[in-house]
Amino acid sequence: MNTQSNTYTFLYAAIMVVLVAAVLSFAALQLKPRQTRNIEIEKKQDILKAVNVASTPENAEELYTQYIVKAIIVNSEGTVTSEDKDKTFAVDLKIENSKKNVADRNLPIFVFSKEGIGEKMIIPVLGKGMWGPIWGFVSLESDGKTIYGATFGNKGETPGLGAEISKSEFQEPFTGKQIFDEAGKFTSLAMVKGGAAGGRPHEFDAVSGGTVTSKGLEAMLQDNLSSYEKFLKSSK
Amino acid sequence: MSDKEPLFSAKNRKLLKNPLGSDNPITVQVLGICSALAVTAKLEPAVVMSLSVMAVLALANVIISLIRNTIPSRIRIIVQLVIVAALVIVVDQILKAFAYEVSKQLSVFVGLIITNCIIMGRLEAFALGNKPWPAFLDGIGNAAGYGWILIVIAFFRELLGSGTLYGFKVIPQAFYDMGYQNNGLMILPPMALITVGIIIWVQRSRNKSLIESN
Repeated sequence: MNTQSNTYTFLYAAIMVVLVAAVLSFAALQLKPRQTRNIEIEKKQDILKAVNVASTPENAEELYTQYIVKAIIVNSEGTVTSEDKDKTFAVDLKIENSKKNVADRNLPIFVFSKEGIGEKMIIPVLGKGMWGPIWGFVSLESDGKTIYGATFGNKGETPGLGAEISKSEFQEPFTGKQIFDEAGKFTSLAMVKGGAAGGRPHEFDAVSGGTVTSKGLEAMLQDNLSSYEKFLKSSK
Repeated sequence: MSDKEPLFSAKNRKLLKNPLGSDNPITVQVLGICSALAVTAKLEPAVVMSLSVMAVLALANVIISLIRNTIPSRIRIIVQLVIVAALVIVVDQILKAFAYEVSKQLSVFVGLIITNCIIMGRLEAFALGNKPWPAFLDGIGNAAGYGWILIVIAFFRELLGSGTLYGFKVIPQAFYDMGYQNNGLMILPPMALITVGIIIWVQRSRNKSLIESN
């Protein structure tokens, strides 16, 4: 057979592409369930991390069921629309945040409870960093205004600069910050350069060299937490 | 070629052995440097990367070698790319399913195996003109040659840069108490280049035949 002819070349390319596509889709379908599970476990680990509970991929599910006693969806008016734990877990912030009308958004809250620590509310946040999405979970004391813990993740921020937001050195100082001011007005947290440590409860310290990421984080907290304002006020 | 060649004839053994030393893809051919810089800050990603490259290279070599007589020469690079890309996607999916933590660390670098010059180089230079078994050995050999360099670099970078090996602390706390500090420079990519340079230097001073005449 003449392997140099045009017909042969076209046929060869067409058959090869179809074959490869079939193999790839088969592999993707077979592995999908395991991958989804890995992502779910990671989300559970992140939720637990926001309340300073360390977990491994193996025990994350168990700890999650044990400590996350309730998961609810509220709307921006502060009314609870669902108490289904699985439904709350499945809420996709990407879809919710893209809804123009804040009143249409489903706002998930995970309620953590452990003896000796008490009840905390965990709120997921999602925003934009410099190179890609950044996300996180912020846990609040039951008064609804004091931050108990926070954890942030990033997809592709610059290592050593923006990506520092995923380190505990950056996350630990969030404990104790206030997202409402003394007059009870929602303020979120403002980014400051040059140190917000000690006695500045409404600000967080920006990452040196990671200004765009820090600003993105500031905007992420503002955008996501503000829609919870009414609910948090009513829970005081 | 009717006479049966033994599986591990002298010629075939050479295919495995040469890339480890005198024909090493990184230190002699200076291919695949990009990923050698990117994934060697820690041992674990370096090991996983080496294994992934080995799987992709060996399989791609065998597949290309099996169909080498049917490939229309005008689109041979496209055919090679499609096969390599498909294998890389499969490896990426498998990592995501079975080694999620590692796949997060390697993230884009697994995808970049597609553009790893070693793979295209071996397909063009070897698999297109040889039988499947030697092509398989050539793939394993070159990937191993690539892998051991990666692992040596990662060993020094992790040890000096983070004071750990494979995630375990190896430098005792007493050292830190006495004022020892991890060298943050080792984490940065340029130090990988310098480490490669040192390995090349050592290799050439021991094996004079590698030194160019000019």
